[in-house]
Amino acid sequence: MEMRQTFSFEMDKYMAQNENIVLLNADLAKPNGLSEISEKYPERCINVGVAEQNMAGIAAGMSSYGFIPFIFTFTPFATRRICDQIAVSIAYAGQNVKIVGTDPGISAEYNGGTHMSVEDIGILRSIPNMVIFEPVDNSQLKKALVQILNFDKPLYIRMFRKELPDVFSDDYNFDLFKADIIKEGKDVTIICSGIMVQEVLEANKKLSDWGINAEIINIHTIKPIDEDTIIKSAAKTKHVITAENHNIVGGLGSAVSEVLSQRCPTILKCIGIKDSFGQVGKMPYLKQEYNMDSRSIVSAVLEILKR
Amino acid sequence: MDFKDLDIKCKKIRQDILTQIGTLGAGHIGGSFSIVELLVVLYNKHMNVDPNEPNMNGRDRLIVSKGHSGPAVYAVLCDIGYFDKSWLLTLNKPKTNLPSHCDMNKTPGIDMTTGSLGQGFSCAAGIAKASKLKKDGAKIYTIIGDGESQEGQIWEAGMFAAHHKLDNLIAFTDYNKLQLDGEVKDICGIEPIDKKWEAFGWNTVTVNNGNSCEAIDFAIKQCKEFSNGKPSMVILNTKKGYGLSFVENAGFSNHSMPISKEMFDEGMKELGGTI
Repeated sequence: MEMRQTFSFEMDKYMAQNENIVLLNADLAKPNGLSEISEKYPERCINVGVAEQNMAGIAAGMSSYGFIPFIFTFTPFATRRICDQIAVSIAYAGQNVKIVGTDPGISAEYNGGTHMSVEDIGILRSIPNMVIFEPVDNSQLKKALVQILNFDKPLYIRMFRKELPDVFSDDYNFDLFKADIIKEGKDVTIICSGIMVQEVLEANKKLSDWGINAEIINIHTIKPIDEDTIIKSAAKTKHVITAENHNIVGGLGSAVSEVLSQRCPTILKCIGIKDSFGQVGKMPYLKQEYNMDSRSIVSAVLEILKR
Repeated sequence: MDFKDLDIKCKKIRQDILTQIGTLGAGHIGGSFSIVELLVVLYNKHMNVDPNEPNMNGRDRLIVSKGHSGPAVYAVLCDIGYFDKSWLLTLNKPKTNLPSHCDMNKTPGIDMTTGSLGQGFSCAAGIAKASKLKKDGAKIYTIIGDGESQEGQIWEAGMFAAHHKLDNLIAFTDYNKLQLDGEVKDICGIEPIDKKWEAFGWNTVTVNNGNSCEAIDFAIKQCKEFSNGKPSMVILNTKKGYGLSFVENAGFSNHSMPISKEMFDEGMKELGGTI
C-alpha cells in the first residue's frame, strides 16, 4: 500500500473517534491521498487554496481553539516557504499543529529542483523544540500516528507518498523517540533514514558477502535524536556512516555529527546530497547522480574501514 | 458605561501605556496610542470575556495582529482585571510577563502570539473557523496595521475568511497612515483600502474618526447587524500617537521612540495623571 493511502486509512479511524482532528491542505489533496477522506469529513478537511502561509496560521488558530490540525503540502512548501509561520505562529506560540511534508528530497522526481527539498530538516531542526519524524514504511507510520496524536506539541512528518518495501513487521515495538536497530553488528555503524534505509539494506548484502558486519540503525525521529543508541553503537564499532535523502549540511549527518563530536568523537562519513540543489529525474538516476545508491554506501564503508 | 466615562478611561489607559514605556525608556508608543479607543470600546462594551476565567470556553477573542502594540493591550487587560497593576512596570524587563510583542503563553488575556506581521490575521481567521465548527457563537475580533496590510498573508487570510463565510470575524485596520520608515502612501500605498476589502468579499465600514469611542462603538454595532454571511473590516482613520502632543508630533518616528524622564513627566501632566 502507498504511504499516503496508509496515512489516510489510519486517519479515517482516528477522525471517527476524535472530532477535534482537522486536515488542512494547500491545493494538494489529491496527490496526498486526501480526496476520499475529504469527502467523508467535508467540514474537517479544508483545502485552503494555494496559500501555505495562511494554512499555517489557520492551523495555529484552530489549535488554540482545541483542534488538532494536520497541514499537508510538499516538503519544500511545508518548510522553507513557511519557515517563519512555523517558527512564530506554531512553534513559539506552542500550538499543537502537525506538519506533513510529502515528496522529501529526490522523491519529488520529475517536479525537479524547485520541488526537491534538500533543506527541510535543516530548517526545522533549528527551530526550538520542533520534532522531526521520517517514516520508513507503512508499519512504522501506522505505529507512529498513534503516538503522534497523543503528543500535544508541534511535529513534522517527512513522508514519502508512494509505496515502499516493508522494513518492519506489524508486531515490532515502536517508540517515537527511540531509534530502531535493524541489524546488530560490530565493524561499522550505518545510521539511515527514510528511503535510504532500503539502499543501506541493499548495500549490506554486499558487505555481508565480504565479511563486514555492519550495525544498521534507522533514525526515524531526527529531532530529538536518540543520542544514547548512536553513542552506544559508535563506541562499539568506532566507524559511523550516515545515509540520508537530504543535504548532508543540516540533516541527519549533521545531527549525528553533533552528537558524536560532543559525546563520542568517532570517524564519520555522510552519504546524502552534498550541498547541491535537486534536479529532474527518476529516483534510481538521482541516487546515482548524488552518490546515494547502495554502491556509494559500500564504497564509503570500504573507505572508512580503509579496506 | 457612557462615552464620557470611556473617554476618561482612555486617558487613564494612555497614562498606563506611558508608564510602561517610560519605565523602560523606549517603546512602540505610536501604534499603541492609536488603538486605545478601539481596545477600550471592545473590552468595555462588546467582548464576552471574564478576567477570572481567562480560558473560558466560547469566550470572544481578540487577536492583535499588529503585535507591537502590546503595551496598549496590556494596559486595557490590566484595567479590566487580568493582572495586577505592578506588572505594568515590568515591560520588557528580564523574565517579564509583558514582552513588547503579544505572547499568549506569557500574558493572561492574550489570545494569540503575534509580532511577525500578517500572521495574527491568519490565526484570527483560523480561530473564527474553529468557533464556527464548535458552533459556540463567539465573536472573533482582530486588529491589523496599515503597514501590515502590505504583507501578502493578510490577503490570503482575507480570501479564506470570505470564502468560508466567517461572519463571526470583525477586523479593524488601524489606518494611521504611518509605518516605521515613513508614510504608507510613500512606501507602498494601500489605497483604496476599503475597495480592496470590498473586492475581497468583506463588509467594509469606514470610521472617519477612529479615535472616537462613540464612532467605533457605532461601527461595531453595524458589523454585528450584518446578516450577509461576510466577515467585516472596519477601517479606522486614526492618528498614530493620538492623545499626547509630543508623541503625535513626532510623526512616523513615534513608531518606537525613546521616552525620557522629562518626556514622561510632561506626558503624565498632559494626560492628567500623577507622577
